[in-house]
This record gives sequence, structure tokens and C-alpha cells, in this order.
Amino acid sequence: MFSLSTFLDAFWPLTLAARYTLLVSGLGIALGLVIGAFVCVLALSKSRAARTVAALWVSYLRGVPMLVQLLVVFFLLPVIGINVPAIVAAVVTTAIVASAYISEIWRGAILALPRGQTEAAIAIGMRPRDTWTRIILPQAVALSIPQLINELILLVKASSLVSVVGVMEITRASQAQAGVTFRPLEAYLAAACLYLVINLCLAALGRWLEHRMAV
Amino acid sequence: MDVSIFAEYGPRLLSGFGLTILCWLLGTVLGAALGLLIAVAQRYGGRSVRWVLQTYIEVIRGTPFLVQLFLLYYGGPMIGLRLDPLPAGLLGLTIYGSPYFAEIFRSAFRAVPLGLIEAGRAIGMPELAIVRRILLPVGLVSALPALVNFSIILTKETVILSIITVPELMYQTQYMATMTFTYLEGYLALALFFWGFVEVISRLGRRLERRITRHLIERS
Repeated sequence: MFSLSTFLDAFWPLTLAARYTLLVSGLGIALGLVIGAFVCVLALSKSRAARTVAALWVSYLRGVPMLVQLLVVFFLLPVIGINVPAIVAAVVTTAIVASAYISEIWRGAILALPRGQTEAAIAIGMRPRDTWTRIILPQAVALSIPQLINELILLVKASSLVSVVGVMEITRASQAQAGVTFRPLEAYLAAACLYLVINLCLAALGRWLEHRMAV
Repeated sequence: MDVSIFAEYGPRLLSGFGLTILCWLLGTVLGAALGLLIAVAQRYGGRSVRWVLQTYIEVIRGTPFLVQLFLLYYGGPMIGLRLDPLPAGLLGLTIYGSPYFAEIFRSAFRAVPLGLIEAGRAIGMPELAIVRRILLPVGLVSALPALVNFSIILTKETVILSIITVPELMYQTQYMATMTFTYLEGYLALALFFWGFVEVISRLGRRLERRITRHLIERS
């Protein structure tokens, strides 16, 4: 039967492990924002080759399950001579997968801005650089905040997959906990609660940011 | 890289792929059915029903699929729910997909013009008939792009079933990789295969969308 004390005892080791969940998803989204911005520039560029590269990047990363990508990266890195701990493979995979979605989010946000904004900037004689940094980007970034938070929530959930390569995050820790106590129900229930708390906090943060940055 | 291993393990991979397709289709159909039930119950249920369903949606959407599977497959037996990997996986997929489907249906129902529903009431249609003959046919058309989109997302979730030893494509690839030490080649081939597979079903999905919404495009 359900044992409340086992359930509560599971929280401490899992909360410690949550650092890795947050590390993988946090670093993943941070690097994903950078790579995603770069991919977005390619996708919006005038060069056909650049657009093709961006389209292939996005279609591969969105078409292949993240678990498969993780294992490809995990086994590829040592083959090309990069021997790093599993957590690096986890962060790299999370970042490149996130970059595909983020570039699409930003592309959508930029295209969603009314053309009049750019035209007005040109009409009052703004240089292209100023048009981008003062008119387009601030609005596009504000517009994309809810979707970016949503992406971060998806990444927190997806980070459970990196348990497969041995990163001691929440899911892996709950497996270990289940193994030690022989009580999988309580251990996994505690893990689920922890994920839920993290994601509800992120969702609240998203609503707050959306409210603050409303344009 | 030695291609002959793919020939040797071909039958296994093929059966794995068949199971992947089966899990995907059943998961989509059952998940959509449960989602539809939830959406209808949310529409007609009282406050407490709506609250319970909303909590269910938040909980399922706020937790990783892998943890849900572990709870079901390893935690289930502790409360008397003892399932084999495949049924556990299918039940897991159904539960995991249902809140997303429910939200798709809910917003599709909201998009149905109120006049149609009022017209139905005015000519004395029972509520069930309104759901079946007005909400569903009209709502399904506007929900179609989102439904297709989410069912494509579900194809990618099926690989996670390999972790609870459902012998689908990922599991068989893993088996081959372990037997022949071809980890990188195996997973790379699987990645490319999935890429192609997802591209093909997205195209088919878009074609289906165009086919079903044809009447809307021709008139406008």
C-alpha cells in the first residue's frame, strides 16, 4: 500500500537531483536562444542556400525523437574525439533541439509584426540597424515570451530523457530511489510532483513576464 | 560501416517498425477519444467536474511522459494494476495525449458559431444530437490542423516506450546496437529513418487537411 513516509523521504534526494534537471534545461534554453537566433537569421536571409540550411536544421531536429538524437550525440562525440561526461551530451542535445523550435518561434514573431512598423521606421529615416534593434527586435522578443516559456517547460519535461545516458537528474534519481526502497510508486510520484511544481512555477513566471512586457 | 547487419536484423527492425506504427495509431485514436470525452464533459459538466478535469489536464501536461510511464508500469503493480509492457505503453500514450487532444477539441468547439448551436436548439435537437451533428462535424474541420500536428508529435513519443521494454523500433535498434556494437550507426540510421518517416506523414497530413477543408477554400 501507499506509504506516506517513503513518499516524503524521496523528496530530499530528488530535490538535490533537480539541480541537474534545471541545469540541463536552463543551459539548454540559454544556448538554444543563441543558436536559435543564428538559425533564425539564416531562415530570414536573402540567400537561398542559407534558407535551405536553416530549413534542413529545423526539419531534422523537429522530425527526430529527442531520445534518438540524444543517443546519436552521446555516441558521436567520442567517435569524433571529444570525450566528455554524459551531461555535456545532454546539454548539447537539448540546446540544438531547442534552437530549432526557438528559431521558428522568433521567425514567427518577427513575421507577425505589422509591416507598417518597418515602413514607418524607414519613412522617418532610421538606418536598417536601428530599425532592427529599436523597432523590430524589442517587439518580437516581447511577443515571443509566452512561447519561449512554453518551450522551457517542454525542455524541463524532455530533460527526463537524459536519465537514459546516466545524468543524475530527477528521473534518474527517482529510479535510484525506487531501487533502494523497492517502492517505485512513491518514488515516481514524488518525481512527478517535483516536475509539476517546477512547471507551475515556470508557468506563473511566464504569466508575470507576459503581463510586464505587454506591448 | 557494415551494411549487412541491417539485413541480418532486418526482420526484427521491421517488426519493431510495425509495432511503432501500431502504438502510434492506437495511441492517437484512443488519446483523441479520451480527449474528446474530456472536452465534452468540460462543456456540459458542472463546476466540480470542470475543476477535476482541469486539474487532470494540468497534472498530465506538467509531468514528463517518461515519469508517467514509470508510474504506470513500475508503480502500478503496487496498487494492483499489473500490466505487460505493451498495454502499459498504450495506456500511457492514451493518458499522455488526452489533455492535449482535449484542449484541441475544446478550442475547436468554441470556434463553432453560436448561431448553429442555437438553430439546433430552436428546432428542438437534444443536446447529444447537437454534439454529434453540429459541434463534431463543424469543430473537427477547424481542429484538423492541430489534430494532425499533435498526432505527428505522438510518433516521436512512441520511442520512449522502448525504455519500459516495449519491443518497438527503438528497442529493436538498441538490441541490434548492443549485439553488434554498432551504437552510432544504428542510432544514426534510426534518426534518418525517423526524419524521413515524419516528413512523409506530415505531407500526408497536409494533404488530408486540404482534402477535408476543400469546400472552405473553393468558396472563399
